[in-house]
This record gives sequence, structure tokens and C-alpha cells, in this order.
Amino acid sequence: MAAAHDVRPQDLGRTVRRFLSYLGHARWRLVAVAVLACATAASGLVGTFMIDPVLTAVGAGDMAGFLRLVALTGVVYLVGVASSLAYTQTMVVAAQRVVFDIRRDLFRHLGSLPVSYFDTTPNGDVMSHFTNDVDAITEALNNGFANLIQSSVQVVGTVVLLFVLDWRLTCIVLAIACVLLCYIRLASSRSKHYFSRQQDTLGVLTGYVEEMTAGQRVVKVFGHEGENVAGFARLNRGLQAAGTNAQAYAATMVPTTVAIGYVQYAAVTALGAWFVISGSMPLPSLASYLVFIRQFAMPLNQVTQMGNALLAALAAAERVFALMELEPEVDEGSVSLARSGGDSAWGWAWEVPGGAPVPLRGDVVFEDVTFGYVEGTNVLEHLSLRARPGQKVAFVGSTGAGKTTVTNLINRLYDVSSGRITYDGIDVRDIRKADLRRSLGVVLQDTHLFAGTVAENIRFGRLDATDEEVREAARVANADSFVRRLPHGYRTRISSDGAGLSQGQRQLLAIARAAVADPPVLILDEATSSIDTRTERLIERGMDALMRGRTTFVIAHRLSTVRNADAIIVLEHGRIVEQGTHEELLALRGEYWQLYTGAKELD
Amino acid sequence: MGRLRILGRYLRPSRRDFVLCALAIFVETAFELYIPIIMGRVIDEALPARDMGIALGYAAQMLGCAAVALVLGFVYARLSARCAMSVGAELRQAEYEHVQELAFSDLDEIELSSLVTRLTGDVTIIQNAIAQGLRPFLRSPANLVLALGFAISTSAELSVVYLVMAPVLGVALFAIVWRVSPYFQSLQRVVDQLNEVLQESLAGIRAVKAFVREDYVAARFEVESTDLATASTLTFRTAQLNLPTFTLCIDAVNVALLLTGGSMVAAGTITVGVLTTFMSYVLIVMNSFMMFSNVFIQLARALTSMLRVADTLSAEPAIASPADGAPRVEDGSVEFRDVSFKYSELAEEDVLEHVSLRVPAGSTLGVLGGTGSGKSSLVQLIPRLYDATEGQVLVGGRDVRSYDLAGLRAGVGIVLQQNVLFTGTVRENLLWGDPDAGDEELLEACRLACADEFLARIGGLDANLGHGGSNVSGGQRQRLCIARTLLKRPRVLVFDDSTSAVDMATDARIRANLAGLGGMTKIVIAQRVSSVMDADQIVVLDDGRVHGVGTHEELLERDDIYRELCELQLAGGEEG
Repeated sequence: MAAAHDVRPQDLGRTVRRFLSYLGHARWRLVAVAVLACATAASGLVGTFMIDPVLTAVGAGDMAGFLRLVALTGVVYLVGVASSLAYTQTMVVAAQRVVFDIRRDLFRHLGSLPVSYFDTTPNGDVMSHFTNDVDAITEALNNGFANLIQSSVQVVGTVVLLFVLDWRLTCIVLAIACVLLCYIRLASSRSKHYFSRQQDTLGVLTGYVEEMTAGQRVVKVFGHEGENVAGFARLNRGLQAAGTNAQAYAATMVPTTVAIGYVQYAAVTALGAWFVISGSMPLPSLASYLVFIRQFAMPLNQVTQMGNALLAALAAAERVFALMELEPEVDEGSVSLARSGGDSAWGWAWEVPGGAPVPLRGDVVFEDVTFGYVEGTNVLEHLSLRARPGQKVAFVGSTGAGKTTVTNLINRLYDVSSGRITYDGIDVRDIRKADLRRSLGVVLQDTHLFAGTVAENIRFGRLDATDEEVREAARVANADSFVRRLPHGYRTRISSDGAGLSQGQRQLLAIARAAVADPPVLILDEATSSIDTRTERLIERGMDALMRGRTTFVIAHRLSTVRNADAIIVLEHGRIVEQGTHEELLALRGEYWQLYTGAKELD
Repeated sequence: MGRLRILGRYLRPSRRDFVLCALAIFVETAFELYIPIIMGRVIDEALPARDMGIALGYAAQMLGCAAVALVLGFVYARLSARCAMSVGAELRQAEYEHVQELAFSDLDEIELSSLVTRLTGDVTIIQNAIAQGLRPFLRSPANLVLALGFAISTSAELSVVYLVMAPVLGVALFAIVWRVSPYFQSLQRVVDQLNEVLQESLAGIRAVKAFVREDYVAARFEVESTDLATASTLTFRTAQLNLPTFTLCIDAVNVALLLTGGSMVAAGTITVGVLTTFMSYVLIVMNSFMMFSNVFIQLARALTSMLRVADTLSAEPAIASPADGAPRVEDGSVEFRDVSFKYSELAEEDVLEHVSLRVPAGSTLGVLGGTGSGKSSLVQLIPRLYDATEGQVLVGGRDVRSYDLAGLRAGVGIVLQQNVLFTGTVRENLLWGDPDAGDEELLEACRLACADEFLARIGGLDANLGHGGSNVSGGQRQRLCIARTLLKRPRVLVFDDSTSAVDMATDARIRANLAGLGGMTKIVIAQRVSSVMDADQIVVLDDGRVHGVGTHEELLERDDIYRELCELQLAGGEEG
């Protein structure tokens, strides 16, 4: 039942205008559809109207006229069939064109949104725009658009013809049609109420299933299967009851509308009989009239149904457009940064407008940086630090101390609230975002691989890397040996969640991915628990080679990796509490020393 | 279609409701169809006689028929809803119960999100297909049979028009449905692919941003999006053929009725009333085919869901309890006899190769080794979370496969690496270990696991842990998980890297507390050498093989991996 999703758009006019601009992409096709749909409706009406003259000719004994009229009816019908064939086929193509464009623009826009959007919006909500919302639009275009035009023409045409046949009967017919419309309105809103209750219970059940399946292994270990089944059964019965009520209510709508239709029919029959008997209406007109009102209910039903589907689609379109109107990431940077090859250390150089390229050095400075994800709660406060070219700076501290936030600010996934970050003396906000990010290699804590081959996943770091460069990067990350042991080596396909690879292996691929990009500055967010000390040792050797000469920021979850850092920064509640080399900090016997000796928990 | 047979079982409880539904619909249809006949009589009897009394009598009959039809329609509404929802509930319950039976290896094969989809989304689709498809499914044949019956009894000659055209429409619509069903299935596959690309782009958005790959993922999406547009166009172009086909047939019937009927009226063989009745039946007869074909299109769209549910239900769990297994573990000795293991038959390399180990009852075994060395795999064989591919695993001197599964798992407590707490209070979570435990016992378990240190701070046993235990930190969660397992009072206690987030001092205290529990065999996987160095024996795994077994001193002397680990980890501590 469509009633469950039938939410009306907030700002109808605006949404319709925007939607029309998309329909404009298939303008001529849609115009053709509209014209053809009208033709189809008209042919149906004329066809039924012909019953009256045909029967009149029969009554008058005019057999030649009778045959001519029947033939004419046949021709009218054929035109109708041809146009309905043409418009249904055209509509499918037009609808796909429009929906494809909406999908493309939506995805492109999504890519331009800041990370803060994704951090605050559940993935399921975003997915729902592409599935539920776009589906509602497709459905309405495929079935609603032409149907609505055709049905409206039919309804209006039928009413006009009914008036022509007998205006007195038509008043009765319209009065009853009003009752019918009121009933449909009332019943839809009540049924919506039932369906939303069903939806709520389904939500609770889904939550239960999600949690229990996520913990299924624990369930098995504790032999807790029986209790689980009982818990599920309880929720399941609740859902069944709510569902039965909703469906039962929805299912009464059809027989009720049909019954109202028959009341109309009976009223017309009785009154019509009286008119014929009293001589104010010819018999063939009554016959024709009765057939007409039998056909009246269907388009009327269609108009209300399609109207609802169309409103639901507009509401869906409104949600889609709202997403498209979200502000994309700000990028007012003017300084570009390009891989120039040649004289600079890493083959990267600044291109200041109007000046000669300046080789990049990789000098990163935080000047009194304050930042909060939500206004009023600062995650970092008055942070100042400097990473000179080629230095390794490590951040340690407990969860929530702001370590990851620091790196989010360098590559401008978020922008500072106050203070500034400079890159070779240039405010990062003045650098073109894409250039900035391309020059910063990143290995994230939760490694996300993409469906595709191992080589494709490594090449994600630099699309034009040769096979040899990909292999070299894997060797640097110590991934080469395990990759070669995979069934198809570098051409082994992996799925998006990296199933079949261990956490450690995925982390190694992520490192290779950063290595192939060959960036002047590196940001490494260490994996928390997936790599054991020994494997980490292997990675470390590779990473050391990779880091040589590059400015590197390491977020350490394990202290063994930070010992050789040029500077270790201990963060607590967004502030630097200690800063120095490993030896200096141990000598302090403060926070770092406590963490290092295991007196305090790290993460 | 054979794959779907298993679903039949869940339709059975609704058999009675289904039959009643069919009955209600049949009678309802009969009363509705009688109305045009009454109308014909008004035209043929009341009008020529110019008798308003007869006309009103017939009108009252019409209203009577409509009322009966309405009542039956309501009865049907309730019954059909009960029918559809009961099938849905039965399927969901059966699927959920089945999922509970699955072994770890089965769970490895299925993604969590897909499991949830099967249980909720797919069943909802099936349930809605029944709720919406049942009425046309039952009503169309009723309409067709009754309308044809009435038509023939009114005028057999004129009925020939129906009898010729109805099969033509039926065959045409069937041909369209036949062609379009497989299209709907491939359409569903394309939709799944598109969603997958979308999902992974969302999940990996940070990587996309960091590497400035927005255009790259957009291009990937557009490839799938183009495929979807192509598949949709093909599918809907075919599906939409049914509308013009339907119109063509109806129009042909109309013209034929006018032509033959008109001639018959002229010849005086039938009356105008009869012809009008026939014209009223056109939509009913022809529409029944249209509705029936829609049922099939709806079923075709639900087919993917039905197949997925059927497959879930017919999947055999990889590990099942033997018929008369030993009910409990008598003593805590553990032995591996030349055990080899791989996760899937297709895997080329074994995860464990020819491992043999003996752990006497009440002793402690430490397990060390790098990532992928097979530590977790080794311990998961003990409570039969997986079965060994070759060789034997013995607990209490018996092959684990000869135990009743519940009994074995009650005797072997394992604290998993990927451990979770569930929504609810501390108490509710701890009771998983022992449903009959009193507060005393719960608190004692917390004390042993060093969870008592923070318990008061978070609100005691009745503290709410939040969704998935999110209200406590990683280290606290690990300690509660240990307490939960201790409450089982297992003969064999296995820690799979269970104190990784706990600081060293607490880790040491937990170890000391456990050492006091005599008679319990302990197997401890750890990253830190300090966590296992006091064990009775330590095994070092490397690449699925036993690299060395012995005490701390023995291994320090003769095992190079162990020595390397010690140097790496213990050196730092000494420095401080």
C-alpha cells in the first residue's frame, strides 16, 4: 500500500519547478507522451459515446448507417490503441533519462559534500535517497505521469458526456462521486496511521536482529540460541498483530469504494428508469449512460491513486533536491600545487599565480588552532606546533584527546574554528583543496578497500601508476609477499569489505596505497589492534623507508612505534600536556612515562 | 522453482484462512456480477411495461447485492491480512531460528547486512506480495468464470465474442509476463550492484576525499547507473506492452459486441437490455486477465526475495550436534592430535598445519605468534566453533565431535577477540554466563575480572550499558566479557587476546586472580609476552605451525621468535 510512504512535500511550488527542470531533459518525449495520452483517453470516450448513435440506428432500422457507425467506432479505437502503444514506450525511455540524470547529479553532489555531512548522517539515510526516493520518482514517472493525464481527460470527458446525455442524472452521479472522494481521503489518512505503527514495530525488530546477528558468535559461545529465539518470537508476534491490523484496514478500502459505486449505479438505474418511463429520456441514452458510469469509477480511482503516488514522488524529489542543495565543501584556494618532477625534492612545486614554481618543502605549522565539531565544545584548544620538512611528529593520548582531529584539520576534512595551519608558510585554506589533499598521503585507521583487484586498490593512490610502481609500493609496505600468495596475485579480486583478507593485510594494502601516491607529507593513523607487534615490526621497516625525508604525522595507538619520532606530542582533552623526544619525555616521568610503563590505559 | 518448495511449509498454517478467503471472494463476486443482470431486466421489463414499481424493486435488489458484497469484502479483508501476516511471521521466525543454528564458518560466508535484509526486507516484500496479490489472484478467476457463466446463460450466441477474445488476451498477456519475468530478476541484480558501489563509496568516503578520488568513484557509479537505466528500459518497455494489448482486446470485443449484438437486436433475437448487460461485462471479463497478469509480475518481482529466503532456510549448518553426544565435559584436559585446519575447502593453504599439543587439566597454556599465525583458529577448534580439517581435538580425553554441542560449549568458556556486550544492564549481560546466578556470584565474577573497580562508578549491576555496550570503554568491556565467561564456571577457559585494552597492572591482577581458581585449564592468547610468561607452557605459532613449546626459560634459550618478542617488548619496560 503506497499510503505508508505518502508524505506530502513541504514546499510544493519550488519542488515542482525544480522537478520540471529535470523533466525538461526529456522535453519533447514528454510532450509527445502528453499528447498521445490525451488521444488515447479521447478515443476511449468517443468509442463509448458511439453506443448511443449505434443503438439509435439499430432502433431506426438503418442497417447501412449502423455498419458505418460501427466501422467508425473501430477506427477510433484503433487510433487509441496505437497512441497508447506509442506513449507507453516513449514514457519508459523518457523516465529513465530523467531518473538517470537525477541519480548522476545526486551522486556527484554527494561527492562534493564535506566529511562533516557523512559523519553526522547515517549511511542508511543517504542510501535511502538513492533507493527509496529515486524509486518513488521512477515509479511515478513510469506509471503516474501519463496515467494521470489520461485518467484526468477521461474523468473530465466522461463528466461532459454524461451532462450531454442527461444533466439531471449527472448531478446525482457527481454527488455520489464526492462522497467517494471524501471516503478515500479519510481512509488513506487512517490507514497511514496503521502503517506507521507497523513500521515502528518493524524498526524495533530490525534493531534486535541487527544487534543479535552482530553478536552471533557470542550467542553461540554462550549457547544462548534458545533465549534469542524466544526474544525474537515476542517481537515477531507484535509485528504480526500490527501488520494484520494495517493490512486488514487497507483491504477494506477496495470493497467499500466498489459498494459506493454500486449505490451510484442503483440510483442511476432507478432514476433513469423513471425518466425513460416519463418520456424525458430516450432508452439508448440510458443504456449508453449506464455503460459510462461503469467506466467512470476506474479513471476516478486512478486519478486519486496516481495523485497520491505523484505527491509521494514529489516529496521524495524534495528530499533529493534538499540533498543537492546542501553546501559543498568550501574551496576558495587559489594557490596550486603540482607534481612537476625535476628540481624539488619530491617532484612537487607551488604554482603561485604570476610567479615561477617554488619547490615544496613540507613545512607544517599549527598556529594557535582551536576547533570543535559542534559549536561550543572544543576538541582542540590553542594548539601550536611545527613539523619541519622531513620530521616525524607523533601524537599520543587517550581516546577523545583529539589526535585524529589534528589530522582531519591538516587535509581540511574540517576547517579550524580559529587560528591557522600553514603549509610552507601558506594558509591551507588558500591552497586548492584537491592539490592539498593529493600532496598528503593518508593511511586511515579503518581501512576501506573497494571492490576490484588488489592492483586497482593500490592504484587508487595514484591512477597513472604503472604495474611496476604498484608492485614497488607493495614491496615498501611489505604487502608484496602476501599478495603474491593470493590465488591470482595482484589480479585477485577483493570485495568491498575486504572479506578474505585479515585486518593486518588490509592495513598493509592501505599503506601500499599511500606509498604509490608518493606524497611529500604523510598522515598515518595507526591501526588499533589488528596488527601484532611482530607484523608491525615488518610494516615499520617499510614505513621507515617510506617516511625518509617526508614530513610525517603519526597517530600512535602503540608506543613502540613512536620511539624514533622527532617530536612526540601528548594530548589530553585537546591540549598539549607534554612535548619532546622519547628520552626527554621519559625523563619527565609524567603522562608519557605513565602510558609507556602501562600504568595508564592507552585507548 | 524446486528451490522454492521449502517455502510451502510456511503457507500451511494459513490453509484454512486461504480457503475461507477464496470462498468469500467467490460469493462476493457472484453478488456483484448479478447487478448488471438486474440492470438489464430494468431495461427489458420495467421500461416497456412503464412500471416504476418493478424498476424500484430491481433497484432495491441491486442495493441488497451491493450490501452483501460489502460485508463479504470486509470479511475477506480481515482473513487475507491474517493470512499474509501469518506467512510473514512464520517465515521470519523460521529464518531466525535457522540462523541460530548456523556455525561460525556459515556466518563467515554471509554478510551481516545481508542477513538482516533477509530477515526483514525480504520477508516484508513476500508478505506484501501476498497481501496485495491475493485478492486479484482469487478474484480474477472468480470474475472470469462467473461473468462468462452469467453471459452464456443470458445469451449463448453473443457470448461467442467473449469466448473467442478472452483466450486471445490471456495468451498475449501470458506471453508478456513470460518474457518480462527474467528481466525483473536481472534488473534486481543490477540494482544490487549499484547499491554496492554506493555503499562502499559511503563507507570509504574518507579515503575518497583524502586521495581526491571523487571523480573516480562518480565514474564507477555512472557505469552501474547506465547499466541500470539500460536494464530498466528493457524491462519496463516489455512490461508496459500489456496496457496497449489490453486496450486492443477490449476494443475489439466492444466493436464485435456492437456489430453482432446490434444485428441481433435489429433481428429481434436479443433485447437492448441484454446487449447493455454484455457491454457492462466487457471490463469485468477482460480485466480479470489483466489483474491476473499483474499478480505474476508482482510475484516475479518478489521472486528474488523468495529465492533468498528459501536458500537461507535450506542451508545446512556446517556443524551439528551428534545424536547422543556426551552431555558434559568431565575434566579440563585439552589435546590437539596432528590437527590441520583451513576455513574453506577451496582455500589453498592451511591455516594450521599438523599441530600437536597436550594441555593437562588445570594447567595454563600461553599462545604467542604473529598475525595470521593461526592463534585464534587454534583455540576456536576447542569449543567446536569450527571443525578441524584433519586430525583430532580432544577435551577431557574425548573427541570434541562426540560431545553434545551445548554440553561442550558449557564446559569450554571462550572470551572472543571480537567480543560484544548487548543492550541492557550489566546484570542482564552477566546472566548470559549463568541465568541462575545471584548478586553475590555476579559481584564475585566482577571482582575476579577486576570489573569491580569501575562497577560502582558506572552505576553497579543495574548500570545501563547502552546500545552494544557503548557506554563503557574498550578495557572495561573486556573485563565485563571476562566476568561473563567466568560465570559459566567452565572446565577450560580460553582468552583470545582478551586483555589487549587493559593496562598492564590490571592485566597482571586478573592473571593473579585466575591463578587462584584451581582445576580450571587456562589457554591464553596474548600480544604481550608479560601476559603469558608465567604459564606452565607457552606455544609459539608461526605460519600455522608450532615453532616452539616450553616454559619461558626454555623458549628464551632455544626459540628465536620468542627471544625477539621478549627483546622488543621487555626492553622498553626495563628502560622505564
